[in-house]
Amino acid sequence: MTTRSVRAQVEEALLPPLVALLIALLAGDVLILAFGQQPGEVWLTLLRGTWGNAYGFGQVLYKATTLIFTGLAVSLGVRAGLFNIGAEGQLAAGGFAAAFIALHFPAATPAIVIILAAMVAAALAGGAVGYVPGMLKARFGAHEVITTIMLNFIVLGLLNYVVVNRVHVHETLHTPEVPKAALTRFADLISAFHGSAANAAIIIALVAALWVGWYLFRTRAGYDLRAVGLQPDAAEYGGVKVGVVWTKALVISGALAGLGGINFVLGYKHYYEEGFASGAGFLGIAVALVGRSHPVGVVLAAFFFATLSQGGLAINALVPKQMIDVLQGVVILAVAASVPEVRRALQSGRAAIAARSGDA
Amino acid sequence: MAPENSAILMTGVQKRFGAVQANRGADLSVLPGEVHALVGENGAGKSTLMRILAGLYAPDAGTVSVNGKPVTGWSTADAIAAGVGMVHQHFMLVPPLTIAENVVLGREPRRGLAIDMARAVLEVKGVAEQFGFAIDPRRCVADLSVGEAQRVEILKTLFRGARILILDEPTAVLSPPEIQDLWRVLRRLRDGGGTIVLITHKLDEVMEVTDRITVMRHGATVARMATKDTTPAEIARAMVGRDVVLPGGAPIPPSRTTAGAGLTVRDLVVKGPRRDREVDGVSFVVGTGEILGIAGVEGNGQTELIEAIAGLRPVTSGTVSLGGFDITRLSVQERGAAGLAHIPEDRHRRGLILDYSIADNLILGDQARYTTGATLDRAKITGQAAEKIKRFDIRPPDGSLPARTLSGGNQQKIVIAREMAGNFSVLLASQPTRGVDVGAIEFIHAELRAARDAGKAVLLVSAELTEILALSDRVAVMYGGRIVKVLPRAEASIDAIGPLMTGAGAGAPAEPAA
Repeated sequence: MTTRSVRAQVEEALLPPLVALLIALLAGDVLILAFGQQPGEVWLTLLRGTWGNAYGFGQVLYKATTLIFTGLAVSLGVRAGLFNIGAEGQLAAGGFAAAFIALHFPAATPAIVIILAAMVAAALAGGAVGYVPGMLKARFGAHEVITTIMLNFIVLGLLNYVVVNRVHVHETLHTPEVPKAALTRFADLISAFHGSAANAAIIIALVAALWVGWYLFRTRAGYDLRAVGLQPDAAEYGGVKVGVVWTKALVISGALAGLGGINFVLGYKHYYEEGFASGAGFLGIAVALVGRSHPVGVVLAAFFFATLSQGGLAINALVPKQMIDVLQGVVILAVAASVPEVRRALQSGRAAIAARSGDA
Repeated sequence: MAPENSAILMTGVQKRFGAVQANRGADLSVLPGEVHALVGENGAGKSTLMRILAGLYAPDAGTVSVNGKPVTGWSTADAIAAGVGMVHQHFMLVPPLTIAENVVLGREPRRGLAIDMARAVLEVKGVAEQFGFAIDPRRCVADLSVGEAQRVEILKTLFRGARILILDEPTAVLSPPEIQDLWRVLRRLRDGGGTIVLITHKLDEVMEVTDRITVMRHGATVARMATKDTTPAEIARAMVGRDVVLPGGAPIPPSRTTAGAGLTVRDLVVKGPRRDREVDGVSFVVGTGEILGIAGVEGNGQTELIEAIAGLRPVTSGTVSLGGFDITRLSVQERGAAGLAHIPEDRHRRGLILDYSIADNLILGDQARYTTGATLDRAKITGQAAEKIKRFDIRPPDGSLPARTLSGGNQQKIVIAREMAGNFSVLLASQPTRGVDVGAIEFIHAELRAARDAGKAVLLVSAELTEILALSDRVAVMYGGRIVKVLPRAEASIDAIGPLMTGAGAGAPAEPAA
């Protein structure tokens, strides 16, 4: 009984995205044919350009890293019943804080100290941005979708002001470099990765995913958080302070997104640049949706969207790379639509099997 | 009987939802012009069968015919066209609109592009008079009492031409006089040639108003009988499959002498969604070893009273104390630690987290005790679950199953097990047997009596007067946010309480309690 229900859970978690993927493939086929190309050839090019060589794979790793962070951020919010659309601003704030702190350390400080301090600063900055909508919701009942969206503009505007007026390198929109705080690039270890931006931040992202899984499903705080997300009235009845959980969830969510800023700032360019977060926050929503707000799903979905994004560049010669944007949309729509459908099909299929084997 | 004589004939109906077989070969035969009771425990498949009849679901197997015509698998539109209408438990009315506007909604008489209101009022009035409803179609639905709103709901169905009426638990929200009004309406419909199927689990109603009874158990039809030839005990036996002690049937053991105050409420005022004083200066004491029952039509402040005592709703003024210890300003968790247990009225909204496992639900409110460091102690959680599942006979006995998959009675047992297995001195039991089967009612009543006999103070709120009378040592009647009267059990009877529930004694000052 128990083992069967575990299998059933895995099936219900995995099949909807796979069905969505299949639908996206079919939609892609139609588009490719419309451009007069061979679908098989285009898909093969896409795979070769991403998982087929070390550079492409490195780029997938790099792009997946940020998406894991923002995907986890959105997922944690969803588990608490909150829709955090502010990952974009939280990511940018985290990236800026990492660069800003690293800039202000004396040159003699050991690299590891600067890196750790920058990471803490990134998480704190993201968490602080997350705290505002959390507190507004808990205190005044302000809807987090509105406040997180609006806060994006405020945060990005403020960062733009500070960078342009205070800390930018002349004639650019980025801060000075902080080479001492650099995370190890994989290209430095394995030469095949040369030119790709893959760096040690992916390991931190995977650790963050493990931590989120532990937090959600093993701790008491996670029990309370999921209870609030599922049935706030029951959680309140169970002695959980719903407002506190909302605030805490958005702070952690913001901190996860903020920590994502180190991928670009410490791992790739070694400076904060205006607009680096562009799109990554919103794609995090797609990652959380396709990954069903589960850390394992989020990691897989982040790799999937990173592959599409990098693959778009690889197939640009055959079809316009905007085709990839269309496919992203198709996948998101198909997942959203297929979850209940697939679940229903699975359940009636299982019922039919149960009926045939006569255990009814 | 021959199928062509039946208004409704359903044979061998099967319907499966996922892993749940809701109907397994259910039969139903209803003659034209009768009031027919469809009874059974929760989850027996009554509602599914009726939804198939109303065209909401198609059966997996079996046949359905109405007035002799085969209609298996028809649509809701077909059902309405053939005169089959369902009156739902939850009203589907638009409060700011008038009765006439609500009734004609979807088939408004028109004049050009505009609705012909004068004709709508006239038509609705015509149908109302035909069936003996004393109702002014120009009144606003928001101003109606619950009983009146239900009559509008029935009128709506009749207006659409329904002559076969299905009513799903229609008395849950009504006071005894309103129930009597409903019976009058149903009898008049029947005498006018209408056919009525009454889904219910209240056996006194079955005995009072119906002509024939179909009993369902585990998705199948297990008995058919004429009401005049049977007894409530016989119906209950058919529903459960064994003998049961009916509430009210057993003599009440005298409670032990009350030693002191368990729960004291003084001048409590609570703000509600509709009124500023939803609880309007309520005072009472529940002694240790006593069950105080609060009778009243739902929506007279009982929910707000219980939630305020439980810490789920802010108190405007007044105090709540447990054995002399003031808990008015404490959090839910602190109240639990002080000895307060609470069976909430709505287990689907408050009492359970439906997607959590049985084991996880059994620690809700007591998470701290199952935590070491930051993490939950899984072994301890599984252990306590196994123990409580065994002691309270929760089925299926697998703590890893989501609470959602259990029947209503077993879900309620999870709540009971959690609240009553630990140490508590005061229990708030709000609608403790709502939507649970007869077998589970018996069990829950026994648990409540056992708690009383062990010296706990129990505050019982129930919409079922029979339940209040079966369990309470004293009965308080609540109306309009006030306690109208407190009666010792010996003086409490349906005849004494019924009028008080409608506010008949509201003018009189509340007697000082205890």
